[in-house]
Amino acid sequence: MSTRPWTRDRVENVVFGVLRWVVIAVLVLATLLPFYYMIILSVRRLDEVVQRPGLLWPGSFDFSTYVSVLASPDAGGQGFVVFLRNSAVIALLTVVFTLLAAIPGAYAISRLEFFGRREVSTLFLAVYLFPAILLAVPLFVFFSAVGLRGSRVGLLVVYVAQTVPLSIYMLRNYFETVPVSLEEAAAIDGASRWTIMRRISLPLAMPAVVSNALYVFMIAWNEFLFALLFLAEDRPRWTVSLGLAQLAGSIEIPTTVLMAGSVLLTVPIIVLFFLTERLLVEGLTSGAEKG
Amino acid sequence: MSERTIGTAGLRGRQRTVAQRDAQFGQLLLAPTLLVVVVVVVLPILWTFVLAFQDLRVIDLRRKGIFGSFTLDNFAAVFTSPGFWTALRTTLLFSVVGTLGSIGVGLIVSLALRRRFPGRTFVRASMLLPYVAPVVAVTFVWQTMLNPQFGIVNAVGTSVLGWDDPVAFLSQRSAPVSVFGVEIDVPVALLTVMAFEIWRYFPFAFLFLTARIAALPGDLEEAAVVDGATLSQRFRYVVFPQLLPTIALLAVLRFIFTFNEFDDIYLLTGGAAGTQVASVRVYDLLTARGDIGAASAQALVLAGVLVVLLAVYFRFVGRPTEADT
Repeated sequence: MSTRPWTRDRVENVVFGVLRWVVIAVLVLATLLPFYYMIILSVRRLDEVVQRPGLLWPGSFDFSTYVSVLASPDAGGQGFVVFLRNSAVIALLTVVFTLLAAIPGAYAISRLEFFGRREVSTLFLAVYLFPAILLAVPLFVFFSAVGLRGSRVGLLVVYVAQTVPLSIYMLRNYFETVPVSLEEAAAIDGASRWTIMRRISLPLAMPAVVSNALYVFMIAWNEFLFALLFLAEDRPRWTVSLGLAQLAGSIEIPTTVLMAGSVLLTVPIIVLFFLTERLLVEGLTSGAEKG
Repeated sequence: MSERTIGTAGLRGRQRTVAQRDAQFGQLLLAPTLLVVVVVVVLPILWTFVLAFQDLRVIDLRRKGIFGSFTLDNFAAVFTSPGFWTALRTTLLFSVVGTLGSIGVGLIVSLALRRRFPGRTFVRASMLLPYVAPVVAVTFVWQTMLNPQFGIVNAVGTSVLGWDDPVAFLSQRSAPVSVFGVEIDVPVALLTVMAFEIWRYFPFAFLFLTARIAALPGDLEEAAVVDGATLSQRFRYVVFPQLLPTIALLAVLRFIFTFNEFDDIYLLTGGAAGTQVASVRVYDLLTARGDIGAASAQALVLAGVLVVLLAVYFRFVGRPTEADT
């Protein structure tokens, strides 16, 4: 043992050294346990869950919950296949349209000097900060009035409008890191703005575009409020999020079956997230590091 | 921020045309986005002002059309209803606790993960899961875990921690808890919803604080070590002051988002048991009662309160700089 005296410095190093691991352990448990519980509950038998709710490992595995949640209502299931397809289609279309608008928009804001550039940036930021519910009322009324409520086109337009500003913000940061000299060289060679953007800036910004596409996909896949307002009455059009939320209140459907639905809703997002974590984190926080 | 445009060399006349062409092209590129945002965001918000001054219900929509006569009844109803003031108080409480809690936890975690250790990348990534996972899935898991009949929390609570009865975390408005012999009424459901909010959003603060901490220059802390500053002193006088701008920005962002929060509370409790925040109230007015005018007025008042709070904050704390955003 050392004979060093217990100075404040040493005490603190020991105390915080221990606390650090306590914090890590508690937080890892707090963040991962719910997801572990979700998976385990989706393969436990319902009677076993009710009798021994505290078990963290199933006595027997029962994968019929997945069959039951996926099968169509005619076959006695919950129809999640359709919900998954609906979610995938709307999320992919949101990504396509958002990028089609956001890539040129972000390029314009980061590279081109024009009247109203600053104002537009501010407007986009403001959009992101407005309460969704404030937007929900007039859109609900408008779509009801013109008979478009329940249409997926309406929902798509709302999703694009909600994701484009953030998308432009993320891409703008990236376009600004592309050296201007590269574009100047191309300009001297006689390339037009459009060619420069498409042939030089866009390929260089590809990592940011990909991470942005995934982020938009996640937002659209996870979205709940507008799906609820627009599609709630029309079961064949439900997204997975909406479907799970609507069925969660029902007493007839076993919790384990819905838990299987919950896993199906979460897995695509978690997989995408782990594939692209680094890209995503960089894209989101690139502004923060500048301090 | 590049202010440079291409074509700095060349004749003056040619330069102007390049700049003009750039300007036109820029506006053209931005046009689709601007169109969508104006049509789907700006116009509807402006229209909310019109709706808020009308007596309009969902069932009237097809019959009456969307332009009725002007009335102040909706605002009068908003301000005189006890539900509004309760919801506003709940929203404020929820926002303050949710904001401070998520930033506090995020800060602690980012400090705990500051030094490298095997598996840190994995731990960091798992810290972000609550934030990226679908809200419907995580609220459903929480509901199930907290279920009084077969939830794991109550199972552990009654069998291991020795609770007398299972706690109905999400449907019980308040419960007496004795602390040092004093009975206090604890708002159970509201606290649970706040805990969920902190759990779901501490990753957001964690993400930004981790990025900021990674970018801190090391020499200041090294100098502090040489001067004999302890760990807590180094945090208090060296690290924390450098994180303050980021924390201030996070506080604003988190407060705005928590203040506007709808999904979490609607999905967890439906706004029952003393958890009805303003957004959920707007939703109830719109769908359950079909009262468009009242919902619009309530939503506008909500946004107005937020704007006033932010104005006060910026007045006294100062505006976040461009570099922070």
